[in-house]
Amino acid sequence: MKLKTLFTTTAVSAAVMVASSAMAGEITVMSWGGAYTKSQTEAYYKPWEAETGHKVNSVDSDNPATPIKAQVEAGNVSIDVADIEYSDAIRLCDEGLLEEIDTSSLPAAPDGTAATADFIEGAITDCAVANIVWSTVFAYDSSKISGDAPTTLADFYDTAKYPGKRGMRKAAKANMEMALIADGVAPADVYSVLETEEGVQRALDKMATIKDDIIWWEAGAQPPQLLADGEVAMTTAYNGRIFNAAIGEDKPFEIVWDGQILDFDLYAVPKGAPNKELAMEFITYATATERLAAQASWIAYGPARKSSADLVGLFNDGKTEMAPHMPTAPANMKTALVNNYEFWADRDSELSEQFNAWLLAN
Amino acid sequence: MAKLPAYTSTGERIWHYTYLFICGLIFLFLVAPILLVIPLSFNAEPYFTFTQKMLSFDPAGYSLRWYDNILTFGMKNPDAERNVYWWIDVFFNAQWIHAAKNSIIIGFSATILATVLGTIAALGLSRPEMPFRRAIMALLISPMIVPLIITATGLFFFYSRTGLAHTYPGIIMAHATLGIPFVIITVTATLVGFDHSLTRAALNLGASQSTVFRRVTMPLILPGVISGALFAFVTSFDEVVVVLFVAAFDQQTIPRQMWNGIREQISPTILAVATILVCFSILLLTTVELLRRRSERLRGISPG
Amino acid sequence: MSETAAQVADTLAVKPIDQAVDQPITAADGTPLKVALARATRKAKWRAFVLVLPLLLFVLITFAIPIVEMLTRSFYNDAFSANMPNLVAYFEDNEIESVPDEAGFAALAADLKQARENKTIGVVATRVNYEVPGSRSQFTSAARKTKKLEPPFKEAIIALDEDWNDVRLWNVMQRASNPISASFYLAATDRRYDENGDKVWVDKKRRIYIKLFVNTLLLSLGIALICLVLAFPVAHLLATLPLRYSNLLMIFVLLPFWTSLLVRTTAWIALLQSQGVFNDMLVGTGIIGDESRMQLMYNMQGTVIAMTHILLPFMILPLYSVMKTIPPTYVRAARSLGATSWTAFWKVYFPQTVPGIGAGVLLVFILAVGYYITPALVGGSTGQLISNLIAFHMLKSLNWSMAAALGAILLFIILVLYWLYDKLIGIDNMKLG
Repeated sequence: MKLKTLFTTTAVSAAVMVASSAMAGEITVMSWGGAYTKSQTEAYYKPWEAETGHKVNSVDSDNPATPIKAQVEAGNVSIDVADIEYSDAIRLCDEGLLEEIDTSSLPAAPDGTAATADFIEGAITDCAVANIVWSTVFAYDSSKISGDAPTTLADFYDTAKYPGKRGMRKAAKANMEMALIADGVAPADVYSVLETEEGVQRALDKMATIKDDIIWWEAGAQPPQLLADGEVAMTTAYNGRIFNAAIGEDKPFEIVWDGQILDFDLYAVPKGAPNKELAMEFITYATATERLAAQASWIAYGPARKSSADLVGLFNDGKTEMAPHMPTAPANMKTALVNNYEFWADRDSELSEQFNAWLLAN
Repeated sequence: MAKLPAYTSTGERIWHYTYLFICGLIFLFLVAPILLVIPLSFNAEPYFTFTQKMLSFDPAGYSLRWYDNILTFGMKNPDAERNVYWWIDVFFNAQWIHAAKNSIIIGFSATILATVLGTIAALGLSRPEMPFRRAIMALLISPMIVPLIITATGLFFFYSRTGLAHTYPGIIMAHATLGIPFVIITVTATLVGFDHSLTRAALNLGASQSTVFRRVTMPLILPGVISGALFAFVTSFDEVVVVLFVAAFDQQTIPRQMWNGIREQISPTILAVATILVCFSILLLTTVELLRRRSERLRGISPG
Repeated sequence: MSETAAQVADTLAVKPIDQAVDQPITAADGTPLKVALARATRKAKWRAFVLVLPLLLFVLITFAIPIVEMLTRSFYNDAFSANMPNLVAYFEDNEIESVPDEAGFAALAADLKQARENKTIGVVATRVNYEVPGSRSQFTSAARKTKKLEPPFKEAIIALDEDWNDVRLWNVMQRASNPISASFYLAATDRRYDENGDKVWVDKKRRIYIKLFVNTLLLSLGIALICLVLAFPVAHLLATLPLRYSNLLMIFVLLPFWTSLLVRTTAWIALLQSQGVFNDMLVGTGIIGDESRMQLMYNMQGTVIAMTHILLPFMILPLYSVMKTIPPTYVRAARSLGATSWTAFWKVYFPQTVPGIGAGVLLVFILAVGYYITPALVGGSTGQLISNLIAFHMLKSLNWSMAAALGAILLFIILVLYWLYDKLIGIDNMKLG
């Protein structure tokens, strides 16, 4: 009997699956993996699948901008939506590698404010719509630090005072700015210093002072893992990842907000995406006020819409207030630096090349 | 252990035992890392080392949680009651299971392709009148020698242009190419000692070419074919570079999933998977060893 | 082979005995025997070749052609020439010796405007930036402002950025207007063209590739030698022990051989990372303090240790198969003739193992030079090999022409080694398991 019931249910569900898949579409969304993809799965993918019957195929990368560029240039695009950084969104759009997005289709805020006014300034571009504000910070394991806790980026570079390895992202972006701030450059002057050949060298020289102690990471999920395993004493990281490890998994991690570097993450559609229409529908859905606010209950990244801010409440553990953990919280913003997207859109490839030459030259 | 002859001097005796000790250390170097993975995968804590509890053989220090995690990772409802539906969920949604399915599909198809093409070619290659034998052999073995990164790069562009990128046939063909050298090497090795008077005798006795192949040649070269096939399968089952370059992002295979896992978070789940794979390789090793002995027996070489 | 011989025998058998001696010997159908033999041989050749043909075609399509096609990218790049038609036309008629006059700048302005509209400016800028680092933004920002540009273009464009007045940039553009160039091979060997078109070394800080090639070769050689030192005693033991013992011990060699590369790499990470088993053991036994844990992973040591482990079976197996064929009586004879055990080993035994040493060292060396996965996972920044840089240019910087040029050089090195292996050992003698 039981077997028979099972048989029928399986057959029925299989039939339903076949039937629905005939009508429903499927899109592939590429994000950054780990806790961040999880937050998007919970806040965007699952509700969208439930409401529309379409399916989201979630894939991850260390930095989705690179694979989509490779795919468009090689002429075989399999990704429909990618979550990319601001400077990359500008650069790829300039190079014609992204589909343009019709911003008028973005839903208005619940109070009727038009989307273009509701999004934080700069959060909508020709080819991409922002979903979060995030930042690069540095963090340490408080159970491993005796004495004064580190409070500034200079402490991060002070291996005499705080011995141990340092984790850093294997990229020029953010590291160069942080090195300059640690070297005494005021956040406001960072980009004008970095414009010059000497400024770049100064940043590299500063990093060279701790080069032997650096363990390089590439995927955003790595730094909390490096901290947890005790492989590093301090590490740069995306703030949300540290938050999730600290609050979500009770790890004794502390974020130091000094010299944090703010950036947007935006949704974009690669040129020639196989399911372009559906991809646009997904972006429209995901960047609505309520969805952006929902994401903030899964990870400590600020929503890109002003109207979402009021809806942000508790973390999904049901007790942690999210507001003070956001990179945009006033207390965290004191020495913050906003990523200069034009600078990086223009200079990323050159500085990356210099950075890599520096990395390989011992 | 062979006894030392009576005339060995004390110094030679000392050297002999030192030598045995050194060999022991090298054997330890070879297998210790692989065997260490096994107990570590039963760690109850998410660490990569032996905890105090594990060292004192406290059962509380050990658990199957990482094996459980292989099943639950990626499931829709991992916490549901473990009935048939739970297992259906595992089968359709668990990421490691998904990767295993892909690995098996790709591995089997690539193996069949490589073995069939490779065996037929080896029959031709082992004929002395084969023209350009050395050059062709060199070309067919080269996928084993050319760095994978170069092969993968070439395939990336070629597949992008021909529409084979992100497809199963594309990956299968690439993996078959990588497995072919092994089939060629093992089958031609079996054919080296092949006694051609056997086929001639069969033909003389009135057997057709196909009967000769089926009844005489095949049984004799079969051990070589099977061990070549196993090599080809393992090559595909362990291959990650080509997959990284030409497969779609959701075409996970076991090595690719491990690659991601090692880079992002080395949880003991990876060790649990590694343990399963070690058991798998022990199984393969045994099979190949038995085949080798059978082949030598068949060909009248003293059992090794 | 057999059939040929059989056919010849047949033809001989039916030959009439009383045939005149000065007549050419013929086969049964009357054709001269020489011709019949040639035909039979040709047929046999074809029969052998037809068996190999399907595989040959398959390998050509899925392996040889893709690689050759990839290599063309190392000298063919039309990113500039396909998108800047006016400048290409201008460069055809004018050899650049100094910064061009208005005509050149007018062509530039027209192309920039067009490239901006077609959204190809990024591709063009990227191409030039490969040779003039730092020029990318110069192109993109100029393109953004082309709408406002008015003649005379020379003054207007130079006013945007002084660097447009640099003759080297114009030289590079002229070279890029020809899709075929050696620029990427120069870059892959740390050189570039200067303003006169001469080949010069790049800035000292940017010289990385030659060093990396040398490092890769040295590291691979080092690994091959370490493998030899480790493999020699083990192979000797296996070859001299009675079969039932050596068969058992062989498992220790074959188990790693059959175990997944990723499993073995994972195992080494678990073992050697600073919170791993090895360091814990040292700290636990008080040999080192908790503060001074050794950094054995994520640097060159990590690469060397893990790769040695992975490649060791490839050294043991050929050594073993050679040592097995050395009769133990030789050494015994030497001893009984009065040689010390060292002399007997060095003068009698060792020379006979040289073919095995050659095969093993060369094989391990070849495999090590192209390694990618292990250094990528455990090499940190100091333990990277040339393959990792190819992967970097393929997957991260997306400078595919550069990846192709580096790949071509690597492939060349490998093929030379492969040729050497074939000459010295012969690929037919390669053994597995």
